Amino acid sequence: MAVFKQQVAKKAPNLKIGVIHWLRENLFSSVVNSVLTLLALYLIYLIVPTVVNWALFDATFAPVTNEQCGREGACWSYIIEKLDLFMYGFYPPESYWRPQWVLILALIFVWIAKLLKQHKYKTKIVTTLIIIYPIIALFLLYGGLSLEIVETHKWGGLMLTIVVATAGIVASFPIGVLLALGRQSKMPVIRFLSVVYIEFIRGLPLITILFMASVVLPLFFNEGMDMDKLLRALIGITLFQSVYIAEVIRGGLQVIPKGQYEAADAMGLSFVQKTGLIILPQALKISIPNIVGSFIALFKDTTLLLIIGLFDILSMVHLTSSDENWLGRSTEGYVFVMVVMWIILYSMSRYSKALELRYSTDHKN
Amino acid sequence: MGTNIIKINALNKWYGKFHALKNINLEIKKGEIVVICGPSGSGKSTLIRCINFLEKFQEGSVTVNGTVLSDDIKNIRQIRSEISMVFQHFNLFPHLSIIDNLTLAPIWVHNESKQVARNKSLQLLDRVGIRDQADKHPNQLSGGQQQRVAIARALCTSPKIMLFDEPTSALDPEMIAEVLDVMVELAKEGITMLCVTHEMGFAKKVADRVIFMDEGQIIEENQPKAFFDKPESERLQLFLEQILGE
Repeated sequence: MAVFKQQVAKKAPNLKIGVIHWLRENLFSSVVNSVLTLLALYLIYLIVPTVVNWALFDATFAPVTNEQCGREGACWSYIIEKLDLFMYGFYPPESYWRPQWVLILALIFVWIAKLLKQHKYKTKIVTTLIIIYPIIALFLLYGGLSLEIVETHKWGGLMLTIVVATAGIVASFPIGVLLALGRQSKMPVIRFLSVVYIEFIRGLPLITILFMASVVLPLFFNEGMDMDKLLRALIGITLFQSVYIAEVIRGGLQVIPKGQYEAADAMGLSFVQKTGLIILPQALKISIPNIVGSFIALFKDTTLLLIIGLFDILSMVHLTSSDENWLGRSTEGYVFVMVVMWIILYSMSRYSKALELRYSTDHKN
Repeated sequence: MGTNIIKINALNKWYGKFHALKNINLEIKKGEIVVICGPSGSGKSTLIRCINFLEKFQEGSVTVNGTVLSDDIKNIRQIRSEISMVFQHFNLFPHLSIIDNLTLAPIWVHNESKQVARNKSLQLLDRVGIRDQADKHPNQLSGGQQQRVAIARALCTSPKIMLFDEPTSALDPEMIAEVLDVMVELAKEGITMLCVTHEMGFAKKVADRVIFMDEGQIIEENQPKAFFDKPESERLQLFLEQILGE
């Protein structure tokens, strides 16, 4: 028999740190790796200087005409002149403050929600904000009462892209939740209808649905009863998006252990209480990264609005580059849209990552 | 004591073709502490889960506190509100703090005010010795602590009956004692307890009756002393030999 002395915890040995060491470990660890590294460096050498020269060093930033811009560099003057169109479409310039306030209000509301943290009425206040925000936003954008009405066909640019993506996700979310629950339902009729709906819509590309919404949907209305084009597009997008939200949330629901349902049942909670208090909060938390992911996808898909004649930010390139004063500048337009889209989508993706980390603590027991 | 709070009559249950419970007849008196043991797959968990209708059964009847269990949702919820259950895997709600786990049923099922529910819950947490953890989340607690929270959660609706489904089976050996201590304390208070467990020490100490099940039927039942000292059936003798390591 032996008894061992208790050991004292020691500091972990320092890892070798240093530029040379890192290079050797990561870039030149083997022959293949070294070759690939050199190849990649060569490609970067080919691409980056050309792009940087075009976009920055040879570019024109001053507000000049197309002719005064050089042909060897980018002509950002075009973007500067058309910036309002890219941002707001044909929204009347004297009313630009309205979409601006919609954005500012969103930031203020988010900030308020963050400040409240553990406040007694947090849920109530946040719910109120979530309910009143779309109403205020719609009122500001569309007008009514004393505000001048701006028809939706004048909406455009980045503003339209954001409006469509946000409205799409907000409207499709509750439908998606219901569909996800319906698909898990014990009642055969509800389950069957949900599955049929989900599988039907999932089998269609968004573009067909948008065509349906803009061409087929009006057939169902009586003559003279016209429906707003943007509204029709939104209905199409909501039908489409709700299915993806449903599948994402179903994924979340499936991860919830059976014990959670049993514990809730054993307490005597009703179905609605069980779903609303126990199951959905957990399923939604788990699904948040994927919900953001499908929001990103929707945001990209809004560029298809071009097809049915709505002017989102991408279609603004088409429109502005056919201006005879700015012929041949569509490259700048596309690059600009690319950068704007990338910044927005990359921020969302980072945000989703942060959320994922924050919510990754549950169900590890 | 004296009146039957649970009455199980000719209960039969099948999982598909498998006959899981075979003609179970069992009466449990108010305040009685009954331990059910048996090899795994013997139907002991299934039996107690039939009492609060977590498992449906095909034949027979279960009467709880004078109410006959039926498919009617209201009826089921009524019975469930009088019975609490402690699970093998605790089944705490990970998205809620400890205190919110406790106050959930009192507020939503028993319509108590938040303040009343909170005070009562804090007292119960005190009793199981983890009041200082009230604002933490379940995954910040050890297994033993989580199971004690689960017991407190089961108690805070002032149930007439407590069902324990292998409450210590998922715990590290070091933590079993702290949970059993809480259960022993509870047993002294006159609440009706039905407990599926392999903890024979617990059975000897507090049970009024011990039931042995095998292959979906009750093989033998007796008072703990006779149950352990003079087991009659061969199967029970074998089981006790194995479990007590003699």
